[in-house]
Amino acid sequence: MTASPLSAHAVRKRYRDTQALDGLDLEVTAGTVHALLGPNGAGKSTAVNVFATLTRPDAGEVRVGGHDAVRHPARVRSTIGLVGQSAALDEALHSRENLVMFGRLHGLSKTAAVRRAGDLLAAFGLTEAGDRKVSGYSGGMRRRLDIAAGLVTRPQILFLDEPTTGLDPRARHEVWEMVRQVVADGTTVLLTTQYLDEADQLADMVTVLGAGRVIAEGTPSALKSDLGGDRVIITATGPDDLARMAGVLGSAAVADPDRLEVTVEAGPAGGGAAVVEVVRSLDSAGITVDDVLLRRPTLDEVFLHLTAPETEHHHEGAAR
Amino acid sequence: MTELTSGLTSTLRQTWVITLRDLKHWQREPWGPVFGILFSIMMLLIFGYLFGGAIEMPGGGTYLPYLLPGVLALTMMFGIDGTMAVVTEDTKRGVTNRFRSLPMSGLAVPLGRAVADLGNSAVQLGVLMLGGLLIGWRIEGSFLEAAAAVGLLLWLRLAMLWLGIFLGLTLRMEGALTMVQVLVWPLGFCSSLFVSPETMPGWLGFLAAWNPVSATATACRDLFGNPTGITSGLLADHAMLLAVAWPAVLLAIFVPLSTRAFRRLG
Repeated sequence: MTASPLSAHAVRKRYRDTQALDGLDLEVTAGTVHALLGPNGAGKSTAVNVFATLTRPDAGEVRVGGHDAVRHPARVRSTIGLVGQSAALDEALHSRENLVMFGRLHGLSKTAAVRRAGDLLAAFGLTEAGDRKVSGYSGGMRRRLDIAAGLVTRPQILFLDEPTTGLDPRARHEVWEMVRQVVADGTTVLLTTQYLDEADQLADMVTVLGAGRVIAEGTPSALKSDLGGDRVIITATGPDDLARMAGVLGSAAVADPDRLEVTVEAGPAGGGAAVVEVVRSLDSAGITVDDVLLRRPTLDEVFLHLTAPETEHHHEGAAR
Repeated sequence: MTELTSGLTSTLRQTWVITLRDLKHWQREPWGPVFGILFSIMMLLIFGYLFGGAIEMPGGGTYLPYLLPGVLALTMMFGIDGTMAVVTEDTKRGVTNRFRSLPMSGLAVPLGRAVADLGNSAVQLGVLMLGGLLIGWRIEGSFLEAAAAVGLLLWLRLAMLWLGIFLGLTLRMEGALTMVQVLVWPLGFCSSLFVSPETMPGWLGFLAAWNPVSATATACRDLFGNPTGITSGLLADHAMLLAVAWPAVLLAIFVPLSTRAFRRLG
């Protein structure tokens, strides 16, 4: 077991009138993708800035790459790569020149920096665009180059602050592919996102933040099962059928007349068994249906459930 | 000791990398520096030919020899907003934060900026002086004195660029750059750059004499052998001393503040 590339304990940071971090605890396992999920203002970026030594915490302990981030920020900086929210690239330079510059600032010799830049461009499909000005790049290419710039010195841990915000779906998938590649090469990734599908797609572990503290943590599937079971959604062919359906399916069914849908919560036996049960009852009652759908809860629902202010947070820490 | 030397070497190396980056900007997008020079030439022509005829020099003499060192000093001072613009842009884009996340010296980024901007200013001075010579300005002093004048001008520019770096790092609100671009005008004009403080109302002449750029302009006029337009008072007695001391004071304040601001940006 390698030591944890990042562990934070009871981290607090206050900006004038907002408590951005309010006792944050976090433990990232080496070789995984860890997602910090939360709405705007939850403290995601502040957390990343503290981990990347850009911001000093008011209190708490932060160890990154085995070094104390408050006492030895310079040592931490040599073990991390940071990719901030906006593409931190020099627009007037070519992408290769950007990578060489960051490599040299990291202490690589000129030849080593040039070689590394070439390798990174090749690895992420940017070789062809390597000798063009960044200002002519699309958002997706810019993002990929930005991430490559964070990888120049093979960091132990790469921080990605909202890596796909503002990208079109195709570019998002390209960035996701790139993140998978980075992790496959052995780099640990901590990413922040407001997109739940992104956490679902990429993360081994998800920490949900709200108001500067952890409100839930677990694998994506654990978080989802924590919220509740699967559901079967049946679409009726008409309003009459809808009423009959609801009668046949009993108290477990909730009808939605506007959408001609009946929703049935699956029991402990799971979604598959519930579908069979529903179809069997409807068939024996002689009701034809338009559609039957098995739905597992999405992270969106987990998220809305956990961050809804009026909801009691039964799930606090439940999935740890 | 060796740790100190290796720290110093890597700081210098990082500074050079940043300098090359800044120089490359001008190679790729030369309109900034080119427009800077055009602007100075425009000021020279406006004041030399449009207003010049109406300006009378205390103690006699023609206006152009008085004006040219003033335009040189103004160019150095107005460099403030060029420096600030680049620093603001880097900070807004997150480039500054990326630099801050790298294991590099906090001094290298501003220092690299300083070296590049000084190089740019040296070229500007050269072009302006050549232009001045073409329209009839003359250097009456010795070569060494003229070189000392150029040195004083770059010394002023150095102080102004650290001020620009500081402002770029710390003034984060929208419109800060425009504000500075507007403010440099009264600060630049309330000085000895275009007219002698002795022609101004007493209190204004007093302020103008204490303006750091006035000291540099007056000392340069002395060194170039041009008329200073000054017959008595602070500038007559201590222009040279002030031209050395003012930028030194500004540097002593803004180099440490900028380095600190760079590290504490978050």
